[in-house]
Parts: sequence; C-alpha cells; structure tokens
Amino acid sequence: MAEIMLAGFGGQGVLFAGKVIAKAGMEALKNVSWLPSYGPEMRGGTCNCKVIVSDGQIASPDIAEPDFLLAMNAPSLEKFEGKVRSGGTIIMDSSLIDKKISRKDVKTVYIPAKKIAEKMGDGRLGNMVMTGCFISRYGKIPLSEVVECMRRSVSKAKASLAELNIKMLKAGYAF
Amino acid sequence: MITVFKRPHPLSDVSNTYCPGCTHGIVHRLVAEVIEELGAEGDTIGVAPVGCSVVAYNFFEFDVQQAAHGRAPAVATGIKRVHPDKLVFTYQGDGDLAAIGTAETVHAAARGENISIIFINNAIYGMTGGQMAPTSLVGQVTQTTPYGRKIENQGYPIKVSEMLSTIEGAAYIERVSVDSIPNIKKTKAAIKKAFECQLDKKGFSLVEVLSSCPTNWGMEPSEALKWLRENMIKQYPLGVYCDKR
Amino acid sequence: MAEKFLMKGNEAVAEAAIRSGCRYFFGYPITPQTELAAYMAKNMPKRGGVFLQAESEIAAINMVYGAAGAGARAMTGSSSPGISLKQEGISYIAGADLPCVIVNMARGGPGLGSIQGSQADYFQATKGGGHGDYHMLVFAPNSVQELVDMTARAFDKADEYRMPAMILGDGMLGQMMEPVEFFEPTEPDALPKKEWATDGTGMKRKKNIINSLYLESEILERLNIERYERYKRICEKEPLFEEINTEDAEIIIAAYGMSARIAASAADALRSEGVRVGIIRPITLWPFPSEIFARRAAYVKAFLCVEMSMGQMVEDVRLAVEGKCPVYFYGRTGGMTVEPDAVYKEVKRILELKTAGGI
Repeated sequence: MAEIMLAGFGGQGVLFAGKVIAKAGMEALKNVSWLPSYGPEMRGGTCNCKVIVSDGQIASPDIAEPDFLLAMNAPSLEKFEGKVRSGGTIIMDSSLIDKKISRKDVKTVYIPAKKIAEKMGDGRLGNMVMTGCFISRYGKIPLSEVVECMRRSVSKAKASLAELNIKMLKAGYAF
Repeated sequence: MITVFKRPHPLSDVSNTYCPGCTHGIVHRLVAEVIEELGAEGDTIGVAPVGCSVVAYNFFEFDVQQAAHGRAPAVATGIKRVHPDKLVFTYQGDGDLAAIGTAETVHAAARGENISIIFINNAIYGMTGGQMAPTSLVGQVTQTTPYGRKIENQGYPIKVSEMLSTIEGAAYIERVSVDSIPNIKKTKAAIKKAFECQLDKKGFSLVEVLSSCPTNWGMEPSEALKWLRENMIKQYPLGVYCDKR
Repeated sequence: MAEKFLMKGNEAVAEAAIRSGCRYFFGYPITPQTELAAYMAKNMPKRGGVFLQAESEIAAINMVYGAAGAGARAMTGSSSPGISLKQEGISYIAGADLPCVIVNMARGGPGLGSIQGSQADYFQATKGGGHGDYHMLVFAPNSVQELVDMTARAFDKADEYRMPAMILGDGMLGQMMEPVEFFEPTEPDALPKKEWATDGTGMKRKKNIINSLYLESEILERLNIERYERYKRICEKEPLFEEINTEDAEIIIAAYGMSARIAASAADALRSEGVRVGIIRPITLWPFPSEIFARRAAYVKAFLCVEMSMGQMVEDVRLAVEGKCPVYFYGRTGGMTVEPDAVYKEVKRILELKTAGGI
C-alpha cells in the first residue's frame, strides 16, 4: 500500500496527475482511492489530492501521513512536509520551489519538472514529469501500465496530446 | 326529448364545496367543457393548488395531482416531462401563483414549459379567510389590510398577464373575466385556445380569469360581480397579451 | 469479471440511477454534489431521459413529486442547505405515498456552513426533516461501490413501499474516486407498471389522485396509522448493517458512512496490538438496525459512536442499547474529518477508564 499526496496550485494538473496514478494503480494493484480538495481552491488557490493504491482493502481514503508527497509549489511543501511518514519520500519540483528540505528522515527528490517539460515542448505538463518520477520511485506500478492508461483514457482526437503526456512521463521516470 | 344542457363528462357528479356566488364553479365547468370538446378527458392530468380549489381533484373525472402551495407549475413540469403528449394544466389562485409560487410560475414560462395555467385572480386569499393577495387593489380592505392596501406599506398589485407576456417562452396569455355571459363565453374560448396551444406544442399558456369572492369581499354575489366589473377590470384590462400560436 | 470504472461518488450515483431505470433528474447546483447534476445533464439526453436544472431546490423536489406521481422513477440530489429547502416537498411526497430517490451529499452546517463533508444531517434524514408523521428510507453507503448498489436498492425499495428514499453520503464520498462495477441496466419499460399513477385515465379506469390532503382528521389518522404499520414491516425486514470482529469484542465502534471507514483504520491498528475492538456499521439509518446493538450490548463493555457531527446517531445507539452498557461519543464537526489516530486514542482512553473501574 502507498499513500500519496499531490499538492500545488489549481491549474497545474495536480488532480489529473492523481487520477493517472489512481487509474494505473487500479490495474496494477486492484484497490485505489482518490480524494480531492475542492471548493474555492479550484480557482487558482492551493489544490491537493490524496491517492491510495493498495492490494488490500482501503479503509479511510483520507491520508494523515503520506508515504509520498509530490509538491508542486512552495506553500504545499511548507504545509505538508512535516506530515510525510518517517522513511517516506518527498518529490518536489525544484524549478518551482526554491528551497531545500530540512528533514533528514525522508528521501528527497529534487526534480526540475516544469523546466524539463518546457524543454520538451510544453511547460504545462510538469505534472506528468512529476508523475513519471513518482512511478519510478514507487516501483510497484509498471510504467507500461501508466502509458496504457493514458492511451486508453483519451479520445482519438486527443491522441497526440496523450503521446506528449507519455513523453513527459518517461522523462520523469528516467530522472 | 332534446338535451339542451348537461353536465360535461369530465366534471364529477358531486356538489362542490365553494361558497354561494363563487365563480370557481363556472370556471371548473368551462375547463370540463373544453376538455370534453377536445376529446381529451382520458389524456388529461390536472394539478390542484393550495387555496379554495385545493380539493379540485374531487370535482373532475380525470387524473389530478394535488400540489404544495405555489408549486403547481413545478409539479406540472414533472408530469409533462414524463408524459409530453398528455394535456397537463394547473389551476391556481392569486396567492398560490403570484405570491408564494412566483418563481415556479415565471420559470415555467421562461422554459416555455408546454403546460397551461388557469389563473383565478379574485384579489384575495379565500381559503384562509380574506387576507391581502398580491393582486389586491390599492385601497382594498382585507383582513390583513384593515385600513386598505397602502402603496407605502404593501406596494403595488402584480399584473401577472402583463409580466409573463414579456417572457419569451410564453406562447399564449389572455386575461378574461367571468362577470357576464359574454365574458364567460370569452373565458371558455380562451381556455380552449390555451389548451390547443399546448396540444400543438407551442409552449407555455396562461389564462388569467378575473373572478369574484363574495364571501371575503363581504358582498352579495351580484354586487361582487359589479365590483369586479367596475374596479378589477380597470386595474387588470382584459385582452390577449401574448399569442404566438 | 465486469469492467471496472474509476469514478467519483457523485458520478457513480448518477450512472447507477440511470441503470435503475431513472430517466428524470431535477436538480439545482450546490457544492459538493454538482458532478451528479453535471453527469445527468450530459448523459440523460443520450439515454432517452430528462435532466432539468430547476429554478430552486423547492421547484426541483416538486418536479420530482410530479414525475413520481406520473409513474416514473425520478431523482433529485443536493447537499445539506439544499436538502433543507426540499423538506416541504419530501413531506408531501411521503404524505402522497410517492416513491423517489433523494441524494444528500452532506456538508458542514448549520446555515450555509462549510463545503466539506459532514454527517450532521442524520437527524434531518432519519427523524423527519419535513413536517408531519413520516419516515423515509435512508441508505448510508461508505464506498463508491456501495453507493452504486444502494442507489439501485433505494429505487427498488422506494417503489416496493411507495415512499421516498434518501442516499445520505457526504462531500467526501461524493468527491472521491474509487473503482466501481455496475449492474446490468434496467429499461424503464421493464419496470412494473404503477396502477396508482396519474398518467391519464384513457377512459379505461377511474381517475387516480395524488394527494396528501385529508380535511377529515379521522381519515388522516387512519392513513397515518396504516403508513406506520408499513413502517413497522420495514423496520422488521429492511435494516442493513455490517459487522466486523464483534464476536470477541470488548468494545464496539458504531459508525456509518465515511466515519466507519476511518474507524476501521483505527480498529485495524488496535487489533494489531491485541485490543478486542469491533465495528457495527449501520447501512440503513432508517430503519435503524437497533436489534444488533441490543444483542451486542449483552456482552460488550462499551460502545463508542464515531460521527462527523456533534453526536446524532449516538442517540439511536443509546436507545437500542437501553442502558445495558455505556455509549461514548467521539466526533468532529463543521466539515472536519475524524482522524483514525483520534479514534484509536479514544478507544484506549475508554478501556483505561474501565480498567480503573471508572465506568
């Protein structure tokens, strides 16, 4: 089981990234839950979602101490850094957060996700770079499953967009 | 033997519960006559309001739903959406339609909801014993305007037909009166036009019927009709306000 | 195996309704249930149904009254403040013996309150809400899958007993996504015909009247008594609940909906330390599964009722337990979520009280 917290600004694709993880997790591990923050946060404020992937029953979909934190802005890191379980992992977009993690009991990944995405053609897809990075660190959801999910869940008209997303995922995975 | 007058079939063979001289009975009969002429009795669903005509379901032979106060147009909307080919109409008084149910009325019209409303305007709340209605005239004495309706306090009477005729979804709106034989005949014609308008799927139709309430006006029935003629028609001119048939 | 979909609770309840033969949805936008209306708006036209955004919650419930009275399966959905507005219509629907399904994805109250999930509408759902002597069936699922299953059941039971049924979820359940499987759809035409409906006499039968007005008190009393005889049968036949590890329990947590899942997290942790804790999760809140509480009260040392409210279901637990053992309460309110750790600590605290002979 893994409890994953994704957080950032509204509009960064935080909820979508969570959905991609949940969907792929559903195929790979059976049980998943996805719980968004909602309300005024949809309109530009901070936004987060909590994803649990598990091969057993999921009790509460709420997460008190995440195993993984994917932080995509500084306020989110500030808010949730202290909550990450000891031994957990913090993945942060270092092109958006100019700060080092002070905790010594967690693994840290500084990934310039937005910059990587920009270089590859679309800076808005930093969320997928982050997702790819998570998939590699977590290790229990095959990348191929995520790629498949991405292809399955978009209409034919948006197939090229799916491929771009997949490119971003792979870049994050390779980081 | 030649039959020259009989009870229309859609009108139940029971005594109604209205006061002597009340014009509800006339309008009920007109509705039943029109439904009979249209051959629509088996395909009609009526909606009764809260007010004196709350038990209208007892007086008709077709299916009827009784609605909460003011909600008849919403209830009729629900029915009509399930049975778009049936004749669905509401029968509502001024308190029901123009006070507590204003939103339901206006929005049914705005949707162009293909229903008909028979709107009885007698400028008073009848069933509760004669309180001010949204259509009570300025100066009119009621139980809740014992010194007469004053503009400074209770504002102006609502002209429902005029107001609704500004709404694009309205297809047919006419104001009639039951104060005289010619006007009763015109009322029947208006009800028929409204129902036909619905059967032709033209949209929202409403017939506002100026009516009397001798009991709560504190008048003899004939005196009440005279008062209606001399006061209400002045405030609420008769005529067709909207006709998109 | 049936295909699994990853869906929000709000969307899943909508899909389940359509598959249950519901083709009429009347609603009004409110957070956190709006996806329900949006799903209906998108899908009803494709499935031969009607979605109508009403001018108010009041109009929406009265449209449901009309459509239900006309013989169709109809639904409305809202969240707490909107459900308050619907109470007039719900009372009329109960009084006119009409079946329908009302969804409440509850949020913190009173007043405009918050938009986060809450369980503070338990009283409103189970003890009336509107005026007069009546009840409605209240289903309180705790997962998106159960939301789907209970929606189907709510339509069936509402029809069977000719009464309104409520799906009482909360903002969290409405907003969260989980994998879900659907049952095969039922077409409206395949449902049993409602002989009492106002769908036009066709000149073939006597008129049908949908009504809740009885000016003669003797008649109204008789009808109310008859309705309560039906309620009595429902109380015998229809309570649903889930029990976890109650056989050897010394303390039982009573919780429903999302609170029950959170309590389950705490119970797992406690069990792993050897604490004999069990859970009773009412799935129907009305009828309340009183009997199981009475039976378990015979041997447990205490109950702990956990709710996202200031304590509402706890009153029904106490009534069921009839003083045979203490019933404690732990809750968070205003849209705050109960945390597993807090439940864990509360159980420990209660058990320590007992060791010290404090109860």
